[in-house]
Amino acid sequence: MSPRAESRDSKYYKMKTIIYLLLGSLFGIIMYKSEAASWFRIYEMFNFASFHMYGIMGSAVAVGLIGVQIMKKKKIKAIDGSELSLQPKEKSIYRYLFGGIIFGLGWALAGACPGPMYTLAGVGYISILLVIAGAILGTFIYGILRKYLPH
Amino acid sequence: MNWIFEPWPWYIGGPAIGIFMLVLLSMGKQFGMSSNLRTICSIAGAGKVTKFFNFNWKAQRWNLTLMIGAALGGFIAANYLSANTVQINESLLPQLQAYGINSAGKAYLPTEIFAVENLHLKNILILLGGGLLVGFGARYAGGCTSGHGISGLSNLQLPSLIAIVGFFIGGLVMIHLFYPLIF
Repeated sequence: MSPRAESRDSKYYKMKTIIYLLLGSLFGIIMYKSEAASWFRIYEMFNFASFHMYGIMGSAVAVGLIGVQIMKKKKIKAIDGSELSLQPKEKSIYRYLFGGIIFGLGWALAGACPGPMYTLAGVGYISILLVIAGAILGTFIYGILRKYLPH
Repeated sequence: MNWIFEPWPWYIGGPAIGIFMLVLLSMGKQFGMSSNLRTICSIAGAGKVTKFFNFNWKAQRWNLTLMIGAALGGFIAANYLSANTVQINESLLPQLQAYGINSAGKAYLPTEIFAVENLHLKNILILLGGGLLVGFGARYAGGCTSGHGISGLSNLQLPSLIAIVGFFIGGLVMIHLFYPLIF
């Protein structure tokens, strides 16, 4: 690779990093400001005591659904010309149901799902680092036990 | 200027998440936050233990960058854009008080669980255990609230619907059967 192409590549890489950092910050702000990152809102949701969390998820899916259908119908490609990242999930019931139930137990116990965990760590909650450590460990344990589990 | 500190209603937060997912999609990426946990395992060398972690994690750098951004966004929101309190339905307060949680309406997370000075053994086990279940369950189900809940449902994936039914069965069992035993 010529030095010029190399420097262009590294410039492109830096620009991409900044874009993802900005997008991620936006996501963190949305999570925090919408209170989807609050333990209290999760507790409230599983008590069916407010429409708030259902409204967030429902309207997010509604906007996503409309957008995805339009992009599919118009055969819109990603910015870099590649196909949209919309691989169909493999058909099964066990892994989604059992995995989902285990996830739900943890979601309600810790009061946080993966996205908000990172956001809360950035807020400065030291204790959320325990949740993140647990989540990394849980992922690792799954990787080991994977071949013994029904999928 | 008080409006800056006000929390966002669902009809701002929800569509914003939907648009965020669509922006990622148009950049050729798929919205999924728990994938980062697998990537972290891979970087830490878990690929030597089992091949599930043996993949080219560098292709996931964009998602790790997004994750660092999500933390940065939390810092910005909590320090400059929020009063850091969450008001919930008041009918839940007596039950929470019975669990020893009196910080509803006064904090963003219950201080009785999350404050550093309250990190005794029981809370450490709750936080570690909760995280463990989230990490294990997310990978077993092949996604979390973002991957299944938003990306999957938006693409009308039946597996994602099954996973979300699972999320809710688990959450309801935890709150209604296990909470009275734990707290």
